[in-house]
Amino acid sequence: MIFLLQHFAINLLSVFSADTFNEVSHFMGTFWVIQYLMQPVLIFGVIFHFVMGFVLEIKNNKARNISYAKNNGAANSTWMSRNMIWSGAAILAFMGLHFYDFWFPEINTKYIVGDMSGQLANGEFRYFEELQHKFVDLWRVVLYVIAFVFLALHLLHGFSSAFQSVGANNKYTKGLKGFGKAYAIIIPLGFIFIALFHHLNH
Amino acid sequence: MNLTLKIWRQKDSKAKGQMVDYKVTDISEHMSFLEMMDVLNEQLVNSGEEPVAFDHDCREGICGMCSMYINGEAHGPDRGVTTCQLHMRMFKDGDTITIEPFRAAAFPVIKDLVVDRMAFERIQQAGGYISVNTSGNTQDANSIPISKHAADEAMDAATCIGCGACVASCKNSSAMLFVGAKVSQYALLPQGQVEAVDRVKNMVAQMDLEGFGNCTNTGACEVECPKGISLENIARMNREYLSATLKG
Repeated sequence: MIFLLQHFAINLLSVFSADTFNEVSHFMGTFWVIQYLMQPVLIFGVIFHFVMGFVLEIKNNKARNISYAKNNGAANSTWMSRNMIWSGAAILAFMGLHFYDFWFPEINTKYIVGDMSGQLANGEFRYFEELQHKFVDLWRVVLYVIAFVFLALHLLHGFSSAFQSVGANNKYTKGLKGFGKAYAIIIPLGFIFIALFHHLNH
Repeated sequence: MNLTLKIWRQKDSKAKGQMVDYKVTDISEHMSFLEMMDVLNEQLVNSGEEPVAFDHDCREGICGMCSMYINGEAHGPDRGVTTCQLHMRMFKDGDTITIEPFRAAAFPVIKDLVVDRMAFERIQQAGGYISVNTSGNTQDANSIPISKHAADEAMDAATCIGCGACVASCKNSSAMLFVGAKVSQYALLPQGQVEAVDRVKNMVAQMDLEGFGNCTNTGACEVECPKGISLENIARMNREYLSATLKG
């Protein structure tokens, strides 16, 4: 949740100031605490999250060996809560594209080529240039928008569900659910805005 | 009203079942659902066919025996009721009604709509009790002060009748609302504290052993529960389990 928020905040800078976006991106890409401590923790967290999600789905499917001939799931639960595996799978597929677009080239440049300067041949920072270049193709923008819709659907259930799972159901739950819904809609919508902004302003 | 019924028929626990269509006529809207089933069975017996086996006992929403999955919902389309409290006025003349047994690997079908819910009993046996020495000098329960709030919450949890609608409604066949209610009714009271750690660990272990799925917080169980058992009980069980695990 915090990672998504900071990712969104930094991306949003690209809308207002290319220079500030470049400076913050360079800091995030070279500061050792981010690169060598927080990044591995995040990668482990993401892998653990989706592996456990698949394990949970397989175990839960085994718990009902014969399906109902007629099941009215919509009568008692939301679509999001019943389809976390599919919204999650869509986000995972998107992450493949996102890593191909940004993370793998970044790791290659910094840790394989060994260029930690963050600069292009002309001496300017490369981050804003690379970001804008990626959103030129309409097909990529469409895929990003679809992925963020799935992210919103995933978070709409996942945010409050996470608190319930660790036993946090109390007087703050109602407020937390409201905050979770706002977060689940605003953050993905913000990412969609950024993608569309760069597509229309490249 | 005249109805078409699509009912799961299964000769015994080993036989392969299938949906079979039946017609029933002149059903009164004032009948309970089980009375409608009685009419069907009378019809079947009169025509020399095997009547549909289904569980029922008190027929007033107390025992939790009547376990039917009606038109895609446990205990049918009404809220806060068991199948025996469901009335035919919830349906329209000419409707087709699908009737299936509660589905879960831990609730195997015995015959037609009858399922074996002994898994719930075994979970109860694993810890759903308090041990009290009744040798003659037992402390009077009324002498232990309990806040009204805690007493009300414990009573709410204790209203679970163990019908299994939570398991049947859950897409994961999770029994966590049932176990959560049974853990909570003791966790909220001072009498339940002595065995609290072992209770939650043993009941959860038995729940897993029975082959129930895991809760993913869809909330379907709470909506379909005839006694309105709240999801707060699952959260409380999770807290109790986490705390018990940390205590070792």
